[in-house]
Amino acid sequence: MATEPLPLQKTAATAPEDAVAVPAPRDSGHPLVRFDKVVKRYGDHVVLDQLDFTVERGEHVTLIGPSGSGKTTILRLLMTLEKVSDGVIRINGDPLTHMQAADGSLKPASEKHLREARKKIGMVFQQFNLFPNMKVLQNITEAPVNVLGMDRDKAETRARELLDLVGLSAKVDAHPSQLSGGQQQRVAIARALAMEPEILLLDEVTSALDPELVAGVLELLGDIARNTDITMLCVTHEMNFARDVSEKVLMFDAGRVVESGSPEKIFSDPEHERTREFLNAVL
Amino acid sequence: MNEGFDWNAAGDALPLILQGFKVTLLATVLGTLVAAVLGLAIAVAGRAPSRFVTVPVKVVMEFIRSTPLLVQLVGAAALFTSVEPLTIGIVVLGIHYATYTSEVYRAGIDGVPKGQWEACRALSMTPRRTWQAVILPQAVRNVLPALGNYAISMFKETPFLAVITVQEMVFEARKYGGDHFAYTEVFTLAGLVFLVASYPTSLLMRKLEKRLGH
Ligand SMILES: Nc1ncnc2c1ncn2[C@@H]1O[C@H](COP(=O)(O)OP(=O)(O)OP(=O)(O)O)[C@@H](O)[C@H]1O
Ligand SMILES: [Mg+2]
Repeated sequence: MATEPLPLQKTAATAPEDAVAVPAPRDSGHPLVRFDKVVKRYGDHVVLDQLDFTVERGEHVTLIGPSGSGKTTILRLLMTLEKVSDGVIRINGDPLTHMQAADGSLKPASEKHLREARKKIGMVFQQFNLFPNMKVLQNITEAPVNVLGMDRDKAETRARELLDLVGLSAKVDAHPSQLSGGQQQRVAIARALAMEPEILLLDEVTSALDPELVAGVLELLGDIARNTDITMLCVTHEMNFARDVSEKVLMFDAGRVVESGSPEKIFSDPEHERTREFLNAVL
Repeated sequence: MNEGFDWNAAGDALPLILQGFKVTLLATVLGTLVAAVLGLAIAVAGRAPSRFVTVPVKVVMEFIRSTPLLVQLVGAAALFTSVEPLTIGIVVLGIHYATYTSEVYRAGIDGVPKGQWEACRALSMTPRRTWQAVILPQAVRNVLPALGNYAISMFKETPFLAVITVQEMVFEARKYGGDHFAYTEVFTLAGLVFLVASYPTSLLMRKLEKRLGH
């Protein structure tokens, strides 16, 4: 896996009708992601309790914490697979979960608004979730062609570049069921990258893989982190990966940020007892 | 007269029976087509976010399922006297079976993993494209064998169409039998034709089931 620049620079692929939420300029002074007193409840069960945190553009953030602490929930809220119970998530200062009404007040976002807003965000799932009824190439071109309106030839050219990047040029015409878990996850990563997201969400993307396939996928993600300006939020139990790839680690417990800091700081000199306990348990 | 099997009568009736079989087959194929398309529409409508869609669909389906096919046929024939009996037969068979195939589709749609829907949302795909490109191709693949089995049972229920004067196989058999006092012969023939047609088809369905159930 070379260090040559990835074919990921912003192109004219972004849809022309991108005007539903006018994006703030790049250096708007806003953090790229801001959770503002976000609450998530399932019935009476409070999963996220007035959660505040921010992610700067280009940052690679690792979320750690015990099982059930709400890490997946955070990514699913960002991907708008779940609705917030209270509070606001902002992307570049614009509300993700809400729409600005004419009088400046916020109301819950419509499905159409969400579809527009989530184009900036990509997600790779633990279980890959490739489309089994499509070949590898179609898996990657489906959304660029039908969501972004990209020309099919161009989408295919880019898909081939991405497959080359993830080391699967030979599998263009394979069906997902013919691939190993690691290969499927690489295709899923290529599929997410094909949408040219500003933010990539990764939820334990190696935990469904056979141990010998984990390193390759992590190496690929490291390459992407180093060679692109994509902001990454990773939930992982691979502490080495967190150390190598991310600049910031957020430790969660019971729906709150217990502490955050550089991987060196968190892993070698955690401030909180809770973090220490957790790291002792996993390391 | 009824002593033994009258081979001459059987040979004599065969062309008529086969003529009727053509109508039976036509009703089955077109009826299955209606059931397959309408059932799909009902299944998708049943997933609509609005109760104004799902509740009426449910009520109509319950009504159709809890009344006998025979009553529906006679009722429809009485209501639409100007429509060809065969057309009425096909449409009623199709609608009747659509209430069952819709269940099959529903199960097929439910069988598509939640992760597929989530992957579509994560890629900002429209609901229309999600159904068309991802959900339905997987659901339909799951339900093909079950649809085939319904086609076979519809085939075996086509004799009901005789009641509304559709000249399908059993209609012709009864007519010939009545005219020539040869009921045993004609109904044996008709039964054999049903057997010859549906047994290999169900074998084929079972094979298909095996191949798809990878
Ligand atoms: N759909 C749901 N309905 C009810 N409760 C849910 C639902 N999804 C998550 N939860 C609850 O929310 C809490 C946080 O779950 P979440 O999946 O975010 O944890 P996590 O930090 O990702 O854990 P893990 O490390 O085990 O993946 C858990 O207590 C879980 O039971
Ligand atoms: Mg999780």
